[in-house]
Amino acid sequence: MAQDSGGRTLISPAQLRRGRSKVVYWILLFAVVAGFTLVFLGPLYWMVTGALKSGQEIAQTPPTLVPNDPRPQNYADAWTNLNLAKLLFNTFYYATGALLFQLVLDTAAAYALSKLRPVLGNLILGLMLATLMIPAMVLIVPQYVTVIDLPILHLNLLDSPFAIWLPAVANAFNIFLLKRFFDAIPEDLMAAATIDGAGPLRTLWSIVLPISRPILGVVSIFAVTAVWKDFLWPKLVMPSPETRTVSVGIYAFSAGTPMNVVVAAAVIAAVPTIVFFLIFQKNIMSGLTSGSLKG
Amino acid sequence: MALTTAPGTGRQPGSRQSLPDRRSRARLGRRVRDNVTGHAFLIGAMLCFALFAWYPMIRGVVMSFQRTRRGETTWVGWDNYVRIVNDPSFWTAWKNTVYFTLLALVLGYVVPFAVAIVLNEFRHAKGYLRVLVYLPVMLPPASALFLFKFYVYDPSDAGLFNAIFRALHLPTSEWMQSSTMTMPAMVIASTWMNMGGAVLIYLAALQNIPGELYEAAELDGAGIWRRIVNVTIPQTRLILTLMAMLQIVATMQLFIEPLILANGAGTQDAATSVAYLIYQHGFFQNDLNGAAALGVIMLVALGGFSAVYARLAARQD
Repeated sequence: MAQDSGGRTLISPAQLRRGRSKVVYWILLFAVVAGFTLVFLGPLYWMVTGALKSGQEIAQTPPTLVPNDPRPQNYADAWTNLNLAKLLFNTFYYATGALLFQLVLDTAAAYALSKLRPVLGNLILGLMLATLMIPAMVLIVPQYVTVIDLPILHLNLLDSPFAIWLPAVANAFNIFLLKRFFDAIPEDLMAAATIDGAGPLRTLWSIVLPISRPILGVVSIFAVTAVWKDFLWPKLVMPSPETRTVSVGIYAFSAGTPMNVVVAAAVIAAVPTIVFFLIFQKNIMSGLTSGSLKG
Repeated sequence: MALTTAPGTGRQPGSRQSLPDRRSRARLGRRVRDNVTGHAFLIGAMLCFALFAWYPMIRGVVMSFQRTRRGETTWVGWDNYVRIVNDPSFWTAWKNTVYFTLLALVLGYVVPFAVAIVLNEFRHAKGYLRVLVYLPVMLPPASALFLFKFYVYDPSDAGLFNAIFRALHLPTSEWMQSSTMTMPAMVIASTWMNMGGAVLIYLAALQNIPGELYEAAELDGAGIWRRIVNVTIPQTRLILTLMAMLQIVATMQLFIEPLILANGAGTQDAATSVAYLIYQHGFFQNDLNGAAALGVIMLVALGGFSAVYARLAARQD
């Protein structure tokens, strides 16, 4: 038996080993695995194969389980008609930039709040965390007004990647995650670095960051997926067809495009996140559970 | 320590007081320098917060009492609020949003906890099941919603749901084209897309419950159901309370589901949400001030709810 956690749960291991319970356990396990596969993979299968069907076949009742006459042409049409290469590139560009800005500025901020502790640091941290309480929809209008005419500088950031990169930095949750991780780094280690003559930047670079790889991984994953999944904000601040993200681009085309082609495009848009998830699955899971909420 | 401060002024040089004086000045200089360094590390993120979070917060409130016409901004008192409350969709939007939130609470709050309890008992296929539950969370919401819109909620029998219901001899539905099924359909899609995160958080909480508690309950003759009620739920109460609040605040901001599944308002306004109304006013009716006023109303409503909820939850402990 593969008992990894070993901890006692609701039902005792002894009870599970008994004859009748064992049978019930295996039946339940089988049912849950089958049920979950249907509920969570089923729609994805339906999506991928549905987009392969012809317009007539998709409207047919009852629907066919496997496409009679698969048409990869739908995917090719989606790729060329919606200019998906450009849309995917834009999304990738915004996600990478948001990641870099967050890694540099949020890590520096969390380091300052955790280790350098300048005056008013706690007040600033409090004000940052307070933004977590504000529903995103409430800010959408004044944020938009700010982006089209930045105070003092009077710049218009519409269609500029900075309209996505800079607001992404104002992410209190990531700063909180980083700060909590930095808090756990022993002061002795920091003091030792100072005695060796390392300034704050050097200490951050050579001591703090190497230790913090796990949390940096988690924050990076959150940063990238947030940009990839976002819809309303990029829709508002990237109004030109050339600057759209992939989700917004598909939405913009959805009205005048055959639905199989729209869904084919939706499948293509989802491939990068799914691949990303399967690669970083372990980090994502651990980041969500141990990193974020405890106690 | 390098003493870089200027020699003491005003005091006789060489007197006894000057050494501690110099030292404290040096310490002061150092403190100033450390603080400057500290704030230099903070400044980038702080500017971003100031520009894109703190300032818009204030700006939103200010805007809600102003009106901008042809580049001229004037104070108009409560006019924007009066206009927005008199919007024929205002109360419908609130009613729909609250209805969605309550339905999502029944489905989206109970189901993930139950799923987590079941998954926590399995000693096999753990990783596979977790990946499955979290998979939809990774889909871009727009992708997932087009799947639901075109292939699942197709009102003819070609749609996935109707095909299944037909095969099981259950009544079929027109889903998004029926004003009564619009909300349940949006809740199902939304729960499918979002429940993975909650399941994983509950699983982590369940793993922190000490096994002895279950053992003790079992010795006292408690069956599975009693063990859930008397051990599992009390032990995870903090997380359960917090997640309920987070979920309510999140679902009250319902937006992309009506936009994509129902083309905005939906059949007989059945899908209009408060967030959609904000979007509608701000970006289609050229009424950013009205939209800001509705945003403030939403903030007050959700903030009030959170405060009352937190107070009640604290009193229970």
